[in-house]
Order: sequence, then C-alpha cells, then structure tokens
Amino acid sequence: MKIIRIALALLFLSGITLMFVGIEGLSSWMGWMPKMQFLPAVMALNAGVIIFIVLLTFCFGRIYCSVICPLGVMQDGISRVGVLVKRLRKNRRPFHYRKEQKLIRYGIWVLFVAAILAGVQVFVALLAPYSAYGRIVNSIFSFKTGPVLVVAAVTLVAVGITALFFGRQYCNIVCPVGTTLSFFSRFAIFRPVIDADKCKNCKMCEHACKASCIDIKTHSIDYSRCVDCFDCIDNCKFGALQYRNAYRKTTAPVSMEAGSANGRRAFLAGAALGLGALSVKAQNKKVDGGFAEVLPKRTLERETPLTPPGSVSVNDFYRRCTACQLCVSACPNGVLRPSADLNHFMQPQMGFENGYCRPECTECSTVCPSGAILSITREEKTQYHVGTASVNRELCVAEHGTSCGNCARHCPVGAIQMIESSEGFTVPSVDASVCIGCGACEFLCPARPVSAITVNGRHQHLDI
Amino acid sequence: MDRRDFIKIGSAGAMGLGAAALGCSPRKPKTASDETEQMIMRENPRNGDKVSLLGFGCMRWPMVKDESGNEVIDQEAVNEMVDYAIAHGINYFDTSPAYLRGLSERAAGDALARHPRSSYYIATKLSNFGDHSREASIKMYEDSFKEMHTDYFDYYLLHSIGRGGDHAFRERYVNNGMMDFLLGEKAKGRIRNLGFSFHGSKDAFDSFMRIHDSGEFTWDFCQIEMNYIDWKHADGVRNVNADYLYAELEKRGIPVIIMEPLLGGRLANVPMGISRQMKMREPDRSAASWAFRFCGSYPGVLCILSGMSSMDPLKENIQTFGHFEPLNQEELDFMERMAVQMKEYPLVNCTNCQYCMPCPWGIDIPGIFKHYNTSITDGTYAQSREQKDYEKLRKAYLTSYDKAIPTVRQADHCIGCGVCLHRCPQSIHIPNELRRIDAYVEKLKQKL
Repeated sequence: MKIIRIALALLFLSGITLMFVGIEGLSSWMGWMPKMQFLPAVMALNAGVIIFIVLLTFCFGRIYCSVICPLGVMQDGISRVGVLVKRLRKNRRPFHYRKEQKLIRYGIWVLFVAAILAGVQVFVALLAPYSAYGRIVNSIFSFKTGPVLVVAAVTLVAVGITALFFGRQYCNIVCPVGTTLSFFSRFAIFRPVIDADKCKNCKMCEHACKASCIDIKTHSIDYSRCVDCFDCIDNCKFGALQYRNAYRKTTAPVSMEAGSANGRRAFLAGAALGLGALSVKAQNKKVDGGFAEVLPKRTLERETPLTPPGSVSVNDFYRRCTACQLCVSACPNGVLRPSADLNHFMQPQMGFENGYCRPECTECSTVCPSGAILSITREEKTQYHVGTASVNRELCVAEHGTSCGNCARHCPVGAIQMIESSEGFTVPSVDASVCIGCGACEFLCPARPVSAITVNGRHQHLDI
Repeated sequence: MDRRDFIKIGSAGAMGLGAAALGCSPRKPKTASDETEQMIMRENPRNGDKVSLLGFGCMRWPMVKDESGNEVIDQEAVNEMVDYAIAHGINYFDTSPAYLRGLSERAAGDALARHPRSSYYIATKLSNFGDHSREASIKMYEDSFKEMHTDYFDYYLLHSIGRGGDHAFRERYVNNGMMDFLLGEKAKGRIRNLGFSFHGSKDAFDSFMRIHDSGEFTWDFCQIEMNYIDWKHADGVRNVNADYLYAELEKRGIPVIIMEPLLGGRLANVPMGISRQMKMREPDRSAASWAFRFCGSYPGVLCILSGMSSMDPLKENIQTFGHFEPLNQEELDFMERMAVQMKEYPLVNCTNCQYCMPCPWGIDIPGIFKHYNTSITDGTYAQSREQKDYEKLRKAYLTSYDKAIPTVRQADHCIGCGVCLHRCPQSIHIPNELRRIDAYVEKLKQKL
C-alpha cells in the first residue's frame, strides 16, 4: 500500500517537476498533471477535476495530499530525511500526537477564501501549495534572480524546516487546500482504523505519524489531518491498524484513476542573453570588423499590464492566476516573467525586451492549469488583442531621416503602415484596431534603450 | 575559424574511393614527412623577387579574449604560425592597417621582426577609407612602418580601388597628392613595388589599365580576387570576371597577386554534391587544394594569398603547395562545371572579410551569412515540410542560429539603413540578403 503511494507520488512529483524544468517531449505526457491540482482547478472552475478530487477525498481520504500535491510529496521526502537523522541519534519517536490548531487553521482558511474573493493575489499566491512548489523549482532551475527567487527561497526554507522537524504541520495548519480537503476527509469512507482490541499501546504508529494526528490514548485518529501515508499501518506490528471502509467491515483496494487533460511540451525559458552592454552608437568606420555596442532594452512601466493571449481580460487573468510560474517556464520567447508589482506579486506579465509573443506559439495557454490563460490555437491567437502599440516620434529613427520600417516589416497582422511624414520621411503609423499587442515592433525597434514603438496593455482582450 | 571545417571535407572522401580506381592516375600518398618538400616559388619578372606561390594573408589571425574580455589577437599563435610558415618557405605576408579592427599589422610586424628582414616580403596597404586627406593618408602610411618594425615595404597597395571608378581613385590618391608622395617614397626605396588591390567593374579596371598604358602611373603589380567561381561567374556588373582581369594583366606583364582564392573559406567547405565529385577524381585531395591549384595553374600569378587562422589550414596548404601540380585543361573545365553547379545553391557570396563591420546597428552580418552558408554546404538546410528530417533540421538551424548569433544581432534586427552597401567588396546587397535569411528563419519558426 505504502509502496503504491510512494510510487504514484514520485510519478506525480517527477512529472510536475519535469514540466517546470521544461524537458521537451516528456511534458506532452505530463501535461494533465498540473491540471489535476486543486487550487488551479478551482480557479479554472474546472468542475470535473474538483468533483474528482472531492469524491476521491470523500472515498479514500486525503490521498491527494500524499500523491498529487508536489509540495506535499516534497515535504514527505524532507521529513523522511529528518526521521533518518533522528534515528541516527537514537530517537525512535520522531513524531507524537498534537492537538488540532483549530483557530490558526481555520483562521488562515477564512482569510484565504476572503483573499480569493477580494482578489488579494499576493496572499493567495504565497499560500497556494502548488504555486509555492512551482516557484521553488522554477527559481532553482532557471537561476533567475529577483523578488520571486527570494519568496521561493523563503518558502523552501520555512516549509523545509517545518517538514524536517515536524512532518506535515504546514499541510495541517497553513495549507488552505489541505484544510478544504479536511472537510471531506473527516468523513472518508476508507481510512486507517485502529482496532482497539488488537492495539498494545506501543505508540509506534503515533511516533511514525507525520501528521501527528494519531492519539493512542484515546485510540483515535484525526481524519481531518490524516494524509493517508500508511506509515502507521506499516509500523504496527500487531495488525491493529487497517485501511478499510470505516462504515462497513469490508476492505477494498485503493484505485486511482488519473483524469486526462491535454497539455503540451514546455520549453526551458530562454537563457538570459549573455550580452554585455548594448547601445547603438553609429561609429565612424575606420577599420574593419568588430561590433557596435547595442544597449539592452529597458524594462518598461506599462500603464495597463500585458497578459498573454488566452487571458480574456487583465482582471480575469489576475483573478484566476495562482502564480505557479508554469507559463513563465514554458515561454520560449523570454516574454513572460513574474511581476514585482505588489498587487500582482509573482503573477506573470509580458515584456518585450528579449523577444516578442510569436504568432505560432501557444505554449503558455496549453500549460496553464488555472484557466487564467485559456487554451487557444494558433489561429485563435490573433483574436486576442492583449495590447496596442503606439509610436514615440521623438525616438523613432525614421522620423530623423534614417531609412527603417523594421516594425512595419515584422508586424504579423499588418497593423503598421509606413506613411510619408510632413518632413518627407517614411515613418510608421499604427492602426490600433488591427494591432494585437504581440510586441514584434517593440522588440525589433532599433531605438535603444527605449523602443520608439511600445505596447500598452488592454483591459479587455476579446471583443465579443 | 573560417576554415575549421577544412579537414572535415576529407572525411567525405571514402565515398569516392571506388570511382577513383577507374581512371585517375595514382598520386603519392601524403604523409607528415612530405611537409619538408620545397614550397613552389615564382619569380617576379620585373625585379627577380623569388616569391612563394602561397602567401600569408594576415586578415584572419586567431583571436582570443584578454583578461578584461576584449577580443585581441592571439600573438603566441601568430608567432607560431609565422615561424612555421617561414620555415616552410612562405615569404610573402600581406596585411593592412584596417584589418582586424586595426590590430593585424602590429601582430604580423611583431611576429616577423623575430626573423631577418631579408627573409620575407611585406605587403601592406594605404587603407584610407574614412579620411582620405593628405595628412591622414601620410599618417597612416608612416604608422605602418612603426607597426611593422621596418624601414621599407616590398609591396605597397592602394587598398581596394575600383568602386567609383577613375573619379574615386583620383579623389583618394591623385588630387590630394598621395600618388606623387608615394612615387617619391618609391624613389627613396621605402616602397619597392607600388600596386593596387581591385574590386569593381570592367570600366573601372579598364581606366586603371589606361593609366598604366599612358604612362601616367605604372603599376608594378596588381592584386585581384580570383578563384574558379569568380573566373567566369563574378556578378559581371559591379564585379568583373577574373578571367578578364587576369588576361589584361598578363598581356601587360603585370604580376598578379591573388586574394580570396577560397572565398573566405567557402571553397574549402563546399556543398556535398560538389565535394563528392572532387573526391571521385582525387580521393585524398581537399576541396581547398582544388581551388588553390586552379589559381596556381596560371603562370602570371606571382602569389596566392590565404588568410590562414590556425596551424591546421597552414599545414594543409603547405602540403598542397609543396607538391604542387597545375591543373590540365580537362581539370580546368571540370572546375568550371563545379563553379556552374555551385551557383545553383542559394549561398550568400560572403567571404567574411569584415569590411562591412561594424554595422552601426550591431548586426553580425558576416556571422549570419556564414551560419546560413554552412547549413547549405553541410546539407542541413531545411527546405520544406515534405523534406525528410524537416523537423530535425528546422530545430537544428534555429538552435544553432541562436547559439551563433546573439538575438539582438540577428537578421531581423537589420533596419535596412544601407550603410554597409558600399563597403562590401563582393557587392552583396547586404540588407536584401539579410531580409532573405530573416524570411527563411521566420518560415522555420512558424513551421510553414
């Protein structure tokens, strides 16, 4: 039983981790795993997955926490190390029963639900277990510095230390998904049951319980906190613990059916350009060879943020997004990055300094588990007007007599016309009704460090 | 770097083995001991200079990063190559104050100064492209003496004349008094031979020949671009065919120095279809050796310059010139057929000379062309979705492109300002070619 649990857990953990690391090809098999995550499914209003998880929990307890949740499985791994270390120090009682911290637990849950309803995303993103795991993996593997790395590191250290010494305390006090599932697992049909007649009160099960939910004094288990790891059953030498139908005296095997959802490959976010300073300085050529400096483009403050095609509107996107970073690691064009803005902390936004939202790419929309970015096809992509480009004529090189038109040449929807200016130069002009906000013009504009043509976000992306 | 694939061609040789047994005369197997064979020498009919047929072009010295990350010439490697070259009979070294961001002359000068001055000939140029005032030109001329640690130049060239024809020539060299100055220097013995290097149209060349015939100025030698492609297949409009240039020079007894015998390494790394036919004839000879032998088969050629950037091409070239065999008429015809076939490939006619660089907008023009050409010659050119391995080739091209060229220096960033247009000695319409490659890359990215 425990073996099956560990095997399935490792399958999920490695699958989801690989999605974040972005091993190409593998993720076409793993795409459904992030969509099985509870909170993203709630955000996506993915009724199938929600009902499945609720039924699963109602029938078999919080198997979700031990198998599907990557943060939970990660804690089990860390906790296992803690137990081994304690054993080395002759401590054979790594865990013991603790009372349920009702006030804190439900207090956090209430706050969390309130935060979702009120749209306080920072709080939601910080606590959501799947997002926390995503940030940890994404920051470690992509070596991206910035506020997200700090948050990920703090989360890793806090959750890691808790797991190392106290097992599943995070899951049973802080985690809002754990608390939600506990409402159902309390009444789970199948669960570990202590046979008081057979129990010799050796407390081996209590000391093995990562969730600290077995109280041998009263021969009771707090099923709201039990994550069905089966460690207790394994540790009972007298057969006093059984995983069985608690309402009837029969047993049934655990069966896990994986839901299916489509997902596709994710790419490792393009490594940061190893370019030093880049500035366009038209040198007076005297000798052959060498490179003109090209200044890197400055990250722009956009009045309205840019969110990816597939998000219906900026508000809808920020309401649903759990900041799991899966789209950030999936973006092959270096466009998506986590926001440092406090209102949308760690939720992704677009920027075109290193690339633009390419017409053939729908990677983020295929990986998003929360419905913040709806799955779109390449053809549907141009229906989403995520932003509008506009020209700063002061900065435009064409306005100063240099033959250019690189923006018009690369606009995938033909929204930019080259027209004759009053000074007789051929200069760009944007048809805002056609522009989709992909950023090709901004990325390819020769003006540096600020492009002469820039994209501002639109609140509503789909014209219905 | 340009020639790093030089040796690779040899590995394709196996396929031609069987066919070779049919009709080709057996050649001596090449071994390391053969390197001691004598470099073939040509005599300058005007002054009796004994010049090695293989000359060392100093435009492609190996580069390394110094402590602060700047690209500098790898002087140790240069010394090693120069020592080896001189030990194996190479005695003609060609450089310019403009080459390699102006670093070439010093590197060549430092390496050569370690040898007796009489054991080699120095060729350098008046490369006054930016500022052709008399003062700036004379300064450039005098600086070259300091850079190269010498008090005379054996061969001194007016660098790349031809564009703009007679008018531009008079602007740069006659009206500012530089021709008179240089002739004075020649009389003093500081210049032994005065000539020019040429890229341009037939009309421009004819005007320089008229100057020679009329006796206004006489040319002691002339440096032209010649190889089996340019022989009859230069673009013909802006660049005249080499067979015409050669014939005109030979007629007047003007010694010919050859540049771009390999088109910047492109003729050392030819498409598979071409190299296969060469291997069918000569399984042990490289594509580069065919190109060299083509040039050397013409008796009016005094020296063939090759910009060797490492010991590998240097050693291989010394072997080629060590037991040099001119091509017979049948073989020359074969080279012409290869040239015709070569024209079928959508290659960019770039020799990686870097004259277009630096692009004011930071585009790595020669890098983009080289990456593109290599994919064609290596047969890894993704053409259509129906092609076998299309997906693999597509990915390979895009990945290697990003690796070879930083994103902001790629073809899509070319704005078409046209500054590069007049700089290209091959008359490549650089913005159009960049746009062609950009469209190709876009096609691959969109999987069209």
